[in-house]
Formats: sequence, C-alpha cells, structure tokens
Amino acid sequence: MILTFPHMGNTYITAKVLLDELGVSYVIPPLDNQEALSIGARYAPELACLPLKINLGNYIKAYEQGADTILITGGCGPCRFGYYSEIEQGILRDLGIKMDVIALEKPDAGLLELMRRIYRLSGYEKNVNRVIGAVKKAARISALVDELERQTFRTRPRETAKGSTDRIYSAFRENVLNAKGYDGIKKLIGETSEKLSAIKVNRNQTPLKIGIVGEIYTTIDSATSFNLDIKLGNLGVEVDRAVTVSGWIIDHMFKKALRLPYDTGYVDAAKPYLKTMIGGHAQETVGHSAQYADRGFDGIIQIYPLSCMPEIVAQSVLPGLSRDKDIPVMTLIIDEMSGEAGYMTRIEAFLDVLDRRRERSIG
Amino acid sequence: MDNAKDLFLGVDVGSVSTNIVAADEKGCLIEKIYLRTEGQPIKAIQEGMKRLAEALGPDASIKGAGATGSGRQLAACVIGADTVKNEITAHAVATQLMLPEVRTILEIGGQDSKIIFIKNGIVCDFAMNTVCAAGTGSFLDRKAGRLNIPIEKFGLYALQAEAPVRIAGRCAVFAESDMIHKQQLGFNAPEIICGLCEALVRNYLTNLAKGKKIEDPVVFQGGVAANAGIAAAFEKELKTKITIPIHYDVMGAYGAALLAIQKIKESGEPTSFRGFELIHRDYKTRSVQCTDCPNSCELIEIASDGEVMARWGGRCGKWAEASQNYINSGCRKM
Repeated sequence: MILTFPHMGNTYITAKVLLDELGVSYVIPPLDNQEALSIGARYAPELACLPLKINLGNYIKAYEQGADTILITGGCGPCRFGYYSEIEQGILRDLGIKMDVIALEKPDAGLLELMRRIYRLSGYEKNVNRVIGAVKKAARISALVDELERQTFRTRPRETAKGSTDRIYSAFRENVLNAKGYDGIKKLIGETSEKLSAIKVNRNQTPLKIGIVGEIYTTIDSATSFNLDIKLGNLGVEVDRAVTVSGWIIDHMFKKALRLPYDTGYVDAAKPYLKTMIGGHAQETVGHSAQYADRGFDGIIQIYPLSCMPEIVAQSVLPGLSRDKDIPVMTLIIDEMSGEAGYMTRIEAFLDVLDRRRERSIG
Repeated sequence: MDNAKDLFLGVDVGSVSTNIVAADEKGCLIEKIYLRTEGQPIKAIQEGMKRLAEALGPDASIKGAGATGSGRQLAACVIGADTVKNEITAHAVATQLMLPEVRTILEIGGQDSKIIFIKNGIVCDFAMNTVCAAGTGSFLDRKAGRLNIPIEKFGLYALQAEAPVRIAGRCAVFAESDMIHKQQLGFNAPEIICGLCEALVRNYLTNLAKGKKIEDPVVFQGGVAANAGIAAAFEKELKTKITIPIHYDVMGAYGAALLAIQKIKESGEPTSFRGFELIHRDYKTRSVQCTDCPNSCELIEIASDGEVMARWGGRCGKWAEASQNYINSGCRKM
C-alpha cells in the first residue's frame, strides 16, 4: 500500500509526520496546486466546488508517482465536502484509476470505526500506543506549523527588506519534504522560526490588520486564493486567519469526537446574525468576523470558491454585521476561470478604503 | 502668467479605452483625450500623448503624472508616473471633487462595472463585477452590433420605446438569444433596446448592490454613461435622479491626475514624468522568471531601447519597489 493525500495549505506537513511516525510508505503530490487544478477541472463536473477539482488533480499526480490509496479527512458538516470521498472515488473509477480511499473522520458508526480505519492505515499495527503517539505528534506539529505561519503574518508587513520572509518561508515549505518524522520536522520548524525572528523589522510600524474568513480550503490554501495572505503581507498588512489546520484537527476531529470542551466563542459571536450551524464554515465566518470587529481589526476579507452554499449564506449576512460594527467587509470568490489582475485591483482599493478610514479616525 | 501652463497628467489604461487628461494645479480639467486601447496599450498611450502634446502646445510644463486602470503598471512605467492607483480610488477622487456630497457612484466601463459607496466624505464600501460581464459596456457593444445600430445611437433608440420588452439579462449570450426571440415575435428595435438597457441595469444592481443601500446623490459615470437609455433605466429602477458629470468618460484619468497633484504637493519632489519624447521610444515586454527564491514568480519585464525599465508580477513586492525606485531616481540602472 502506498498512500497519498490531497493538499490544503500546509496540511501535507501534518500528514507527513503522521505517516512517517506510523512507518507507512506514501507519496506527496507536487506542491503546485495550479497544475492540479487544471488537471482536476478536466475531469470534475463543471459546477463541483473548486477544492474537489484540486483534490482530483492531486490524486492523479500522486497516482502517476505510484500511490494506490488516498487518505482524506471527511467532513461531517452538511456541505458538499461530506460527499467528496464518494464522488472522487467515482470519478477516478470512471477514469480507470484504481485507488482506495480511507476517510479519517468521526463516522456515525463512532470512534471504533475511526480506530479501525487508523489501524488499516498503519497496516493493522496492533500497538495502540504507537498509533495514538503518532496522531498526537501529528497534531502537535500542525499547531507548530500554524504558529510558524502566524509568525510570517507578523514579520512580512514589518520587514525592512522586501521578500525576506517569503524567501525563508518558501524554502521551508520545500525543505520540509526532505525532513523526516516528528523530530526532523520539529527541528526544521524551530530553525525556520529563528531565521524569521532574525529578519530586520520596522518596529514603529502599525500595519493595517485584516481578518481572513471564509471557506476553509480557499482560505488555508494560499496558492488557491492567489496567495492573498502573502500579498497582503507584502502590501504592509498584518493578516489573521482564525480557521487553521490545527484548529480543524484538534477541535473538529478530536475534541468533538471525544466530547471534550472546545473554543466556541465564535458561536456566541455569530448568534445575533446566524443562530445555528448551517453547514461548512458559515458560522465560523460570521462569528470570526464579529470577533475581528470587536478586536479592532481594520477590515475583513471573506474568501470562498464559486457556488459554495454555506458561504453564500454567510455573505448575505455580513453586510448587516459590517453596518452594525462599522467594519468594511470585502468578499472574493475564487473560480478556476478567474484572473489574478482583477483581484489585485479590488485588494488595492480595499486597502485604500481602510487607510482612509484610519487616517480619518486618527486625524 | 507663467504658471498657467503648469499641468498634471492622468492616464487611465482600460480594457476598452485609454484616456488621458491634463489638469491645472487647482484640479481644473484642461484637456482630455479618449481613444480605444484596441489591445495595444503602449501604442494607445503613445498616440494619446502625441495628441495631448499637440493640443497643449509647446510651453506646457508637466509637473506630475498619475496612472490608473487595469494597465496602470504599464502606463506608470511608460510615462514615469508619480502615483499608481487602482481605478476605484481614482474614480471616487474625481467624483468627490465635482460633487462633494456624492453618496453613491455607479460606474460602468468596457469590461467591468463598479459601485462605490461614500460616507462622511470617504469611500466606505465598493463592489466590482466578478465572474460575469453581463452588466458592462461590452454587453451593449455586442447587442448593438447584432442589431446593426451604432452604439452611440443606442440610448436614443431606447428612449423612443413606449413599453420595454423584458429580456433575460443573466448571461450576455443568452440575452442575445432572448433578444432574437423577441425580434421574431415582432417587437420593434426601440422596445428591444429599452428592454436590454433595463436588463443590464437589473443585472448590475443584483450583481453589485445586493443588500446594500443606494443613497442620494447618485452619480453615474464611465463610458456607458453616454447611453441615455441606461441612465433612464437607472432612474426608473432606483426611483431617484441621477447625475452624470460632464467628464463622465474620463473620470478615472481625471482622478489619477488629481492624485498626482496631491502627491507632488505633499512630497514637494520633482515629477518622475519622462516627458513627451516617450512617444518616439520603442517598448518591448517579455516574461522572465525570478530566481531569487523557490517561488519562481513569473515577472513581466518592460524594456525600452534595450534597457530594462520595470518588472512586476512578483509575489513579494520586491520588484514593484525596485521599479518605483527606478522611476523615482530618474531612471538610473535597475
């Protein structure tokens, strides 16, 4: 069995740790998600959402490299993500590509089923402690990687030599592929973090702060949203993204499954606008937006792939929130047909709006 | 008065038209040139600058220049602009000078349309069409071609209609099918054109203004504002009076010129404008790959007479900064 998994931002690092620690052989699809998208778009239904297309591209590239089994996290939320594994298997089957799928989710059948799948993943490794250890280590790494990314969000707008953060961070994303296991990757993260700390920054700067909300894939996978988080950073904006890989793994998968308490602040914050979970990350989008506004952020950018139902609902809720809390909100919809230049115009104009507002409130 | 000829330029390179204006230091518009880009932005800029130089006469002295529009980076590089701004900000600046109390700006250009909301004198929100161009000038252009009516007369036809016919406006191509169907049912040209104008306005408002409040005074600008039929359809739909500024067709360029005035006044530095000689130079663009980091960004490089003048398109903003420094330093080596 040779495993592979779809990309979503930095999740490949977490997945790599898990599989390294379990001692399973695997291939990682090429990092270039634009190419994956063009491949996926060829085979996916036109109106399927964008992440499904990228996933398919990832699988096909990995299959060419010898992968025969796909590991994905399942979505139990009532959005199309919940059907990904079934639809993706169907499309691959029609293409004559024989690949198995292992979905890591909290199935309705309960935790035993999840454990059975993890056992299958580890080649029926019967050492429960080793399996639990690997999962714990992967979760820990995901938290460290998210923290590293947050560090780039802080450094990028303040660096005095443009491109310093990008050079270190993109080298990290490449080099991590050659690091091995929890120890190797943890060491590399530590070194990268030190390098980032050594970047010369302008401490007197008070950058604009923008909260990024929206559908999880397009917000976390920077390349899919035209590297919006990186571009904003380089335009001198400090970004924050409340939905993270580690949050997804730790809160959504483990704590929910184990019925442990987890941060539900966003649920309360969303309440005046959206009282219940309506699928996908709509409640998070609305709740986090309210929280960003209360924390004094300058603006909010919502990102989602064309036709994403939960985010469409959230988008129609946001103008009211924007009025009540007096915070500008801009929505960007990502589609494989869209061009980058149009987004840049909108982003620049949005930053002008935020700049003027800030000047006004100071002057 | 030797100051009378101290002028500031604004260049707006759009998908369909390239507009150039000259304004005096008080912001009064002195001269405007409107020409079609026709897919050759550099040629359009050169042609526009040539015409502008002729119109202004030999003793005009350019004290500042600004660029905007989808081709703003290219324009900035070719003319040596002091400011480069997106068209949303540029449009708002120009409109606010002409009508300071403006609350809503409707702008429809060749391939994009925008709506800008202003509160307490600053832009507070805006929207731009995203995945669809059904509410833009190109939509009308196509329909006019199909009906064999010059686009300039399109609006007047619409005003002659007694009752508009409803046309499906969701998609520009299907609107055409529906239009043909209505022709076959025997509706006359004015009724159909009026229906098209209303379809475009409906599409524009649902795409851009959904859930947002359109407050008076409302200003309508951009190339499509020349179309009386659209203006009438907006007034009917919004149930309010709409103002069309006299320079509605060059508001972006005008805004760029105003931003240049502001920039030069604030910085007190001399302009980076290259002078009108730029019309004789030969420009070449090509794509190059940056090898400074594993991102391997694809850069657009523009060179003139063998000398690299600007590079942009990189993710980290390093090249944009270098290009701006190059322009500001009076074009010494990059």
